[in-house]
Amino acid sequence: MTSPAPTPAAAATAEAVVEVRDVHYAVGGRPIFAGLDLTVRRGRITAIMGPSGTGKTTLLRLITAQIRASRGQVRVFGQDLATLGGRGIYALRQRMGMLFQNGALLTDLDVFENVAFPVREHTDLPEALVRTLVLTKLQAVGLRGAAELMPGELSGGMARRVALARAIVMDPEVLIYDEPFVGLDPISLGVIQRLIKHMNAALGITSIVVSHDVQELATIADDSYLLSGGRIAAAGTPAQLRASDSPAVRQFMTGSPDGPVEFHYPAPDYAAQLLAAEEP
Amino acid sequence: MTTATRDGVLLEGLRRLGAVVIFLVQLLMQCVPALARPRLIVYQIYNAGARSLIIIMLSGLFVGMVLGLQGYDLLQRFGSVEALGIAAALGLLKELAPVITALLFAGRAGTALTSEIGLMRATDQLTAMEIMAVNPLRYVAAPRFLGGVIAMPLLTAIFSIVGLYGAQLIGVQLMGVDRGVFWSQMQGAVGLHNIYEGVMKSVVFGVACSLIAVHEGYHAEPTAAGVGMATTRTVVASSVLTLLLDYVLTAAFL
Repeated sequence: MTSPAPTPAAAATAEAVVEVRDVHYAVGGRPIFAGLDLTVRRGRITAIMGPSGTGKTTLLRLITAQIRASRGQVRVFGQDLATLGGRGIYALRQRMGMLFQNGALLTDLDVFENVAFPVREHTDLPEALVRTLVLTKLQAVGLRGAAELMPGELSGGMARRVALARAIVMDPEVLIYDEPFVGLDPISLGVIQRLIKHMNAALGITSIVVSHDVQELATIADDSYLLSGGRIAAAGTPAQLRASDSPAVRQFMTGSPDGPVEFHYPAPDYAAQLLAAEEP
Repeated sequence: MTTATRDGVLLEGLRRLGAVVIFLVQLLMQCVPALARPRLIVYQIYNAGARSLIIIMLSGLFVGMVLGLQGYDLLQRFGSVEALGIAAALGLLKELAPVITALLFAGRAGTALTSEIGLMRATDQLTAMEIMAVNPLRYVAAPRFLGGVIAMPLLTAIFSIVGLYGAQLIGVQLMGVDRGVFWSQMQGAVGLHNIYEGVMKSVVFGVACSLIAVHEGYHAEPTAAGVGMATTRTVVASSVLTLLLDYVLTAAFL
């Protein structure tokens, strides 16, 4: 059933935290994945890249057990997600953190309470300890001074940093970032980039970063996978991907408007369509 | 309509009804653990109840005034204006207060609940909770459902009281019905079973309207249009179901 995953050589010895094997998944009859294989190894920053619409976010939903593969196997911390029930999935998720593209902060809670939310829900820690924990995490993302602000008062970059503090407050083993660089100004982008690297190095968190921002990922990723056509088109370090002679990889890495991924969406003949419109 | 189309519509209707029933069971299962967070429920009672007070009190006053005017006009033809207090009280307690409160609740609190939960879905807040291993049904849906169910009988009681005052205002102050007769006739004719009927109706309407509002928000398509459509469905479904249940309950209490 399985085919060997394209595993970056540099990481081959580290323990696999996430293993995706021969995964097939379709939405409304349209295949998103057709035999997807990849491995995320402990303590490394793994980048998952690909053009828009290739299923990067869908892959994160598979890894976090929000959806199930129609075929193939997804294993997280050695557990096959298909065999887990509701409680098993919730137990697994307590070992993960996720940073959403828009932050997904709870709009009826202030910054402090947003970060404290998972702690209050999963532990009975005394209030003084919760306060210390939350302030420590907010300090780590540079927003201790914004603890009393409401989500509506934050900029996009600040909201993402608060969401990052919330994602790490329970000290997860794996941190998943969904398009962390989208829509950020250069300063906020640099801050998020530095934080991802810092969390990985200081806390030993395994990071999965899904993005299509090649330049930003190249500076922080240890391993990279390029998704295309429902499969892994290329795997390796960012430098190896840049040196690839595959047309699909080259088009993505250089940002060419035309190539294996065509500029034009499939359409009838241009001239025929224009002429047909002119007929009474 | 062809047989195949009719069967399709029937099946779809049954499927949706089944989905709502399953959602209700899941919601009720989460209501017990949600009781451990009374602050969330109290806030939702405030949100659905206290914030609806002005519209409920104003409507109650005007409905009571109309009842007083129409009742006086009708009863004076038979020379029995002293029965105005009874007519107003029974009309309000058994029918008008529970039904109109439920319709107003659907329009004010129900739509607010649906759009709030729908927007939480659209902005990934519910998904974020699931990823944090927190059941959104327990944290978001159950407190709002319980808040609505508790608020509805309270709002209905306030509607009834203000409505009776409105009827008294017109009947006694404007039309000259004797104040003592107005209240004593009412006291003699209205029994505890009449109040019980109104309370039962308001509880049932509270469950129905809150369930629809929370269900529609929770399953809203995560787009601006999707949340808008869900809000509309809340008003339409709550209103129709309230009137249907009112007939069923009235028939059951006769």
